[in-house]
Amino acid sequence: MKRMSLIVAACLLVLAACAEEPKPNAAAGGGSGDTCAEGNLPLYEDGVLTVATDRPAYEPWFKGSPKDYSGFEGDFAAGVADRLGVPIKWVVEPFNKSYAPGSKDYDFDVNQVTITPERSQAVDFSDPYFENNQGFLVMEDSPAASAATVEDIKGLQLGAQVGTTALAFINTVLQPDKDPKVFDTTNDAKSALEAGTIDVFVTDLVTTVYLRDFEIKGSKVLGQYPKPENFGALFEKGNPLVECVNSAIQEMKDDGTLQDLQDEWLKQYLKIPTFQ
Amino acid sequence: MMGRRGVLISSASTVLFIVLVGVVIALSPGASIVRERFFDWEHLKNSLLGSSTTPSVLEAFVLNIKIFTIAEAFILVIALGIALIRAVPGPVFFPLRMVAIVYTDIFRGIPLILVLYMIGFGVPGLGLQFLSSRSDVTYGIIALVLVYSAYVAEVYRAGIDSVHQSQIAAARSLGLSRWKAMRYVVLPQAVRRVIPPLLNDFIGLQKDTALVSVLGSVEAARAAQIYAAEQFNYASYVVAAVLFVLITIPLARFTDHLIVRDRNRRQAGATT
Repeated sequence: MKRMSLIVAACLLVLAACAEEPKPNAAAGGGSGDTCAEGNLPLYEDGVLTVATDRPAYEPWFKGSPKDYSGFEGDFAAGVADRLGVPIKWVVEPFNKSYAPGSKDYDFDVNQVTITPERSQAVDFSDPYFENNQGFLVMEDSPAASAATVEDIKGLQLGAQVGTTALAFINTVLQPDKDPKVFDTTNDAKSALEAGTIDVFVTDLVTTVYLRDFEIKGSKVLGQYPKPENFGALFEKGNPLVECVNSAIQEMKDDGTLQDLQDEWLKQYLKIPTFQ
Repeated sequence: MMGRRGVLISSASTVLFIVLVGVVIALSPGASIVRERFFDWEHLKNSLLGSSTTPSVLEAFVLNIKIFTIAEAFILVIALGIALIRAVPGPVFFPLRMVAIVYTDIFRGIPLILVLYMIGFGVPGLGLQFLSSRSDVTYGIIALVLVYSAYVAEVYRAGIDSVHQSQIAAARSLGLSRWKAMRYVVLPQAVRRVIPPLLNDFIGLQKDTALVSVLGSVEAARAAQIYAAEQFNYASYVVAAVLFVLITIPLARFTDHLIVRDRNRRQAGATT
């Protein structure tokens, strides 16, 4: 018995000793001068900007394969890498894991993540690179298609994807009569809308228009609700690279690159009447 | 039986073990961040009780209990029916037995989540008047009943097979019909023998109620996920886990109790 407990103890101590030291994502205060200079960049992998997003990644945010994403967010991240002077490498990170404690295996995550104060306590966000409203998607042949005001919507069965700010928007702003249905993925919410178990799918405007045009035949976007939300790149708390990415974003705003990207990828999505 | 010395040693080694595990966790380099992300008191409390933007995990848990209770009632009856069909002898009834076999093979084989998707998103799409306009919780319960009935039918069947042939022969020689022999001689013994594995399956069922959330309803695990995504904090998952454990522990202890009682009874029977 005694020997047994000794063995157990020894095993546990070995385990403790082997517990991984948190990988310093940045060589803390690494040497001289400007952290954002090309050689000094506090990158996860030397000489490469490692950027994560969920898979499947949806158009128009992402287009193509993880080897060479384009699309609004794909091009945005590539633009950042460009300004930092390093090549880009894409990795997969499920949204629900992106805020897990512990060190991350990438520099930052872009996945239409809305910046909120609560979330900022757990992770760091870059400055916003896009502002998005909420949209309402319905089936054309359903009674919901004739909803004209927010009041009409309140009586319907709403649905949203878990982890999206659409859910908080439903609960705080719309306050519908029935509890909203909540789905794991956009695909599940889409199936529920087609099956008729929900009347309205609430999500960000761009996604609703994309679904209408490419995914759900006979669907209709009722309108957009002016509740702008800012998308930011998500970093591990305390990652010094945020500053460098922020100045890259500022540059892209100043020289019109961000606006160009928005015109190229998102223009058709933003021309939707505002909902009262 | 453990002597006094045995009790002392087992207590000491238990304490030592727990302390060591605690020390390893506390000394791990990420201890403080894990504590903050999983065990922060405010987050535990807020996720349990809910807020204006996040559902209460406790309230959502009521839905799990509801789904579980309704599904369990159906499963007990349907599974017994399937087991009985498989026990019907005679070549005439082969097609019937065939259906029961195919059913158990299929529904034991398909992962529950796929059955949920097929029922929850497929049936409403059929446009059948009676079946296609149910709530998603109803579809979830149907899927659970389909899958678990297949499992539980096998448990019943094992129980029925465990009753020795001589008992049926004896019952038949006393003039009982096949059905009566089954009803009054075989089933009472069979069911008593399979109560522990039955309860084991029901503990599984309790946890699998969480999967019904893929169809849209907010049960405890989904409520926890909503909280986590909103606050970027996992304390809500800890709360949901504790709730699930709290209802499975009594069931597990009850199972243990039944096993001990049954063993005592059989031993008593053997000595007289």
